[in-house]
Amino acid sequence: MNEKSNKLMRPVREYLKQNWGILAALVAMCLFFSIFGSNFLTRTNIVNLLRTCATNCYLAIGVQMAIILAGIDLTGGALAALTGVVCVMTFENMGLPIWVGIIVGVLIGVIIGMANGAIITYTGIHPFVVTLAMQSICRGTAYLLANGSPVTTQNRAFGAFGTGSLGPIPLPVVYMTIFLILDFFLLNKTRTGRHIYAVGGNETSARFSGINIHKIKILVWTISGAMAGFCGVVLAARLSSGQPSTGEGYETDAIAAAVLGGTSFFGGTGSVGGLIIGVLIIGLISNGLNLMHVNSYWQYVLKGIIIIAAVYVDMLKQKRQNAAK
Amino acid sequence: MKKELLRMENIVKTFPGVRALNNAAITVHAGEVMGFMGENGAGKSTLMNVLGGVFPADSGEIYIEGQKAEIRSIHDSQSLGVAFIHQELALEPYLTIAENIFLGREMKNSLGMISKDKMAEAARPFLERVGLEVDPNEFVGRLSLGQQQMVEIAKSFSLHAKILILDEPTSSLSEKEVNILFETVEELKKQGMGIIFITHKMAEVFRLCDAVTIMRDGEYMDTLQSENCTESQLISLMVGRDLGNYYVRTFNRPGDVVLEAKHIHAGKRAVDCSFSVRSGEILGFYGLVGSGRSELMKAIMGLDPMDSGEILLNGETVRKASPMYMQERGVALVPESRKTEGLLLKNTIGFNITLPILPRFISRLRVDTDKEQQIIEEGMEALRIKAPSGRVNCSTLSGGNQQKVLLAKWLATNPSVLILDEPTRGIDVGAKAEIYTIINDLAKRGLAVILISSEMPEVMNMSDRMMIMNEGHITGELDHTEYSQELILKYAMGVANHE
Repeated sequence: MNEKSNKLMRPVREYLKQNWGILAALVAMCLFFSIFGSNFLTRTNIVNLLRTCATNCYLAIGVQMAIILAGIDLTGGALAALTGVVCVMTFENMGLPIWVGIIVGVLIGVIIGMANGAIITYTGIHPFVVTLAMQSICRGTAYLLANGSPVTTQNRAFGAFGTGSLGPIPLPVVYMTIFLILDFFLLNKTRTGRHIYAVGGNETSARFSGINIHKIKILVWTISGAMAGFCGVVLAARLSSGQPSTGEGYETDAIAAAVLGGTSFFGGTGSVGGLIIGVLIIGLISNGLNLMHVNSYWQYVLKGIIIIAAVYVDMLKQKRQNAAK
Repeated sequence: MKKELLRMENIVKTFPGVRALNNAAITVHAGEVMGFMGENGAGKSTLMNVLGGVFPADSGEIYIEGQKAEIRSIHDSQSLGVAFIHQELALEPYLTIAENIFLGREMKNSLGMISKDKMAEAARPFLERVGLEVDPNEFVGRLSLGQQQMVEIAKSFSLHAKILILDEPTSSLSEKEVNILFETVEELKKQGMGIIFITHKMAEVFRLCDAVTIMRDGEYMDTLQSENCTESQLISLMVGRDLGNYYVRTFNRPGDVVLEAKHIHAGKRAVDCSFSVRSGEILGFYGLVGSGRSELMKAIMGLDPMDSGEILLNGETVRKASPMYMQERGVALVPESRKTEGLLLKNTIGFNITLPILPRFISRLRVDTDKEQQIIEEGMEALRIKAPSGRVNCSTLSGGNQQKVLLAKWLATNPSVLILDEPTRGIDVGAKAEIYTIINDLAKRGLAVILISSEMPEVMNMSDRMMIMNEGHITGELDHTEYSQELILKYAMGVANHE
């Protein structure tokens, strides 16, 4: 009996032990905004908050995986713009069904992600450089395809893909939940998940252990690309247009969410549980500051500070671990 | 009698768990080249690191030109006139020769900016002294290794060095470069410098050194004048120790050949190497550091590229070796470095042990945690890993326990061939004894074990047969009935052929 409750309680205890710092920050922020911001604790606002979180979360899932591999993915925002444009063009300009558009959008993400992964593993160029360059390529292609202006659509059904809801829950939040569950299973319950942690923690050791490092790397950047692709499709659906200028700075939010959630830039660590808190905190910053009528440009400043602080805390943690050795 | 430049006496240095130096000593006179010899781990580098200020000794005295000296840092050592040229050169490849020589002491012009011309001018006489006829404004990265070494020596002149430590300076030089180096050393000797020349090569000792100091197991053994000593005298001083009796070895009748390697070539690190190992047998691989033992095994495992050669597993040719392929067919390599190649230190014992065998308890989206726990517990128990549970992070374990985790990880794959690369490096005596027992048991169970070690007594006591390597070649093969330390060391130093 005791044994069983122990088995159930252990993950909860571990989770609290790992994340108590940012959990406390999350709770404090909620308290702060519910006292000083008007209408924070209303249903509309909570739904709004979650909707903001959702788009960031798609990207953050991929970016976190790249960071666990001791890499990074900066392609996200620009890739989302590209897939949004391509998706809308598929059914608006080419007259194909909507579902084809959605699939093509995600597929573009998969292809670009795979290209990222292949270049990174086969050339050995640093992921930062590869994905930064790919960001530029995606952004440029999006503008070229769309001829510099948004590609709009009147299609209701497509709009519903981004604005509809399941009961009280907006569809993007439903997608987010599904992806988080899949992410959790991938990282915790599969061989591939363990291999991702192993490659990120110590590539040489992983190679000695008989892990196919190339495969893992390509897979991770492909997933990240697919998530960005999906993000772009949802954004386009919500705006009823594929906009080549959309998604500017989205990768910053995704990186911020991942590092806040305890994902170490040294690689090898990072949990889905932590990521969720990170995504919520980033969402709260925009949402709460808006409610308090703070100039929205402050959000950029604040997020930048948060990234530096979170990474510094992680470095201190690493140092303490090394000292314990 | 020449003037005494350096005298180190009674130097003691302890690292956690190991007494690296005990009564170490060396004396060097002006105009003398002092050879410095000893087996791997005898404490040569440790003593030189004390002299070079890399870390301080626990106790002992150092006299420089008769004056008692205190060396606490690299800076102390440099200002006392000691220059330590490491085996791995430490120059900046993207700076010029002159910039390297004056790194940290750059010369400025009247405007307060760095003056390349001034530095180049100042560097010239130093370069002349080492006989390096290259433009001081040339980038160091463009120089050969031998030339880079000369730059290091020139740099030591600019620091007014009187005592020069050369740590195996010829190990990566071509024959021609070696000759140039030796001429330079002769020249420096005439100029009154004292030179400590660390080497494993007998020929160099007799050609270059006036005398030889020998260390063994962290202790000073003797200093001999090279004119009136012999090779075998030196070797017996280097190896003549009591072999501990903590080795456990029961010889079995070996079974069939499990792994056979034929004419393996892998760059310079493995040249035409052939060997085979039978089940129930422990095959030792001895050689000095850098002799190519690990590289040979890595090539066989498919971790490093192999130029040519054939690998047979149970009589069948391996078409293309890769770590995955070899592992699936029961060949496991327990690598040399626990930290970089072996373990994920940030992760738990359990994560590490189960990494190569995940399919056994993870299928699709289900992790059989009971099975996982069972595998981890079995592994920990079989190897007597001392930790409260499998959830402990490997970074908190002692070296001995980390080594056991590494062994447990590879034993979990149920290998039929186990390649152990330096399985007892850097761990204490107690843990060593335990690991010997485990290795012996594995051979008894019918595994074919390859034991790579730089500790001669370890290989001698644990192996049925021994392959000895020197500079990528297998220079000797001995049956355990033929073992003698002198013979093994001769093969390892590549001198046996010349006699």
